Amino acid sequence: MITVNAMGDACPIPVVKTKNAIASLKGADVVETLVDNEIAVENLKKMADQKGYKTTSEKLEEGKYRVCIIVENVVDNVEKKDGDGGKFCDCTPEKESNKVVVIRSSVMGEGDPELGKVLLKGFIYAISQQKDLPKTMLFYNGGAFITCEGSQSLEDLKALEEQGVKILTCGTCLNHYGLTDRLAVGEVTNMYEIAEKMTQASLIVSP
Amino acid sequence: MTEEIVFCKGGGCTAKLGPDLLSHVLGKIPRGEKDPDLLIGYDSRDDAAVYQITEDTAIVQTLDFFPPMLEDPYLFGQIAAANALSDIYAMGGTVKTALNILCFPEKMDLNILGKIMQGGAEKVIEAGGTLAGGHSIADADVKYGLSVMGIVNPKQIYANDKGRPSDVLIFTKKLGVGLVCNANRVGQAPKGAMEEAIASMTMLNKKAAEISHRYEIHACTDVTGFGFLGHLSEMINSSISAEIDSISIPVIKGAMHCAEEFLLTAAAQRNRNHVAERVTFSKYIPFAMEELLFDPQTSGGLLFAVQKEDAAAFEKELREAGMPAAIVGRFTEKKEKDIYVN
Repeated sequence: MITVNAMGDACPIPVVKTKNAIASLKGADVVETLVDNEIAVENLKKMADQKGYKTTSEKLEEGKYRVCIIVENVVDNVEKKDGDGGKFCDCTPEKESNKVVVIRSSVMGEGDPELGKVLLKGFIYAISQQKDLPKTMLFYNGGAFITCEGSQSLEDLKALEEQGVKILTCGTCLNHYGLTDRLAVGEVTNMYEIAEKMTQASLIVSP
Repeated sequence: MTEEIVFCKGGGCTAKLGPDLLSHVLGKIPRGEKDPDLLIGYDSRDDAAVYQITEDTAIVQTLDFFPPMLEDPYLFGQIAAANALSDIYAMGGTVKTALNILCFPEKMDLNILGKIMQGGAEKVIEAGGTLAGGHSIADADVKYGLSVMGIVNPKQIYANDKGRPSDVLIFTKKLGVGLVCNANRVGQAPKGAMEEAIASMTMLNKKAAEISHRYEIHACTDVTGFGFLGHLSEMINSSISAEIDSISIPVIKGAMHCAEEFLLTAAAQRNRNHVAERVTFSKYIPFAMEELLFDPQTSGGLLFAVQKEDAAAFEKELREAGMPAAIVGRFTEKKEKDIYVN
């Protein structure tokens, strides 16, 4: 066990000292940090939580607290050894396909925007007629207009939603175009979910 | 043995007493008889007191001071003054006079004192006000700020909590100065972050306030020590909740990195403890973004609730005037929680 004395230290110093102590560990161990206020205890616990370490804490006396951080895994500190021995990666294709359709503009293709609108309406209709439907449809930037009142594709999108397709529109985009009250199908999402859906897709379809 | 006098021990609005502590004490203070001309006092959680003197004139009165959050006394003076002046702008007022408030160790170099006051005076002049005097105390640590008097038309006061459902929220500065100054104090601020934080803290909210008078503003506050969510929570009334689009929040370069490295302030944790139960974070919000939204700001931006139809034009005009202003969310009808962060 390593003891870090952070009595009398103002935030962020207790966390900085404790992080340094954890970084110096050579194997699984416990780092005990002494601090003089409860807020420092909470900040230490937040850091440990985010790093996936278990903690215990107790008040020793008035103005003296102890936080113990149990570090079980020190891969960050120790260089990984090669030749982990006979492990192969699983290359079987996923049975469950996770197709994501991304609509990033209110038109399809470049050229005459009037034509582009007609094409996009046709594309969304065609998607709704596919045997193998996408799991998710993402709408961002100009694409946000397609899920809002006044869009020519609302019926097709509602039909898709009824069949279990998740229709998600970027909230930042709705705000930007003043469309927040006009969303007519699906749910609002944010960039974190958009990024997650796209990175976890087995196939991204974007007209 | 004489103890070394340290100029910066981590100050700015991170030095504010925690909101929990304050509410506890304020509830027990005797208020005296109610004066009908006191339009805004501490019944509401507003930024300044407003006292009506004629039909179309009211006085706005505010006071703010704190210890240094950086080593340069001249910049500290500018920042402390910009921060104190901001409360007048947050009420919709115009700055008229200011008084210095100063605590200074007798043994410290008087040139430092001169630089602090020079920085402060320059900001008062930039605000269009007059520095009319002040008061100083010999103390163990440096503290500086202003008591400011401004005027406002009582019909045009920006209250904190008069927002309406469907109002759009616009914020005029970047978040993250607390995290960056805190990291800087332990020598770990990312390159360029401190420069951006200083530029943000020394900028007056004057221009933002002037532009705002051309639009229909329903509520306004300045975001300082209680952090973005703390001050937003003070804008919530019984008929509205707020939805924040976290990806739209303007952020000081490097501030997210400071949070990812756990260079956390005590004040941010106090803010979290105070307001977290009124907030729902969507499951996708990363830890660093949560910390940013609780980060105490020194001389932070104005947060406006503007009528929906005006939002795009207001945002555009602020940006054209050189501010990193952004539409960051909106008010909705009252929901279960007061604030939703998406």
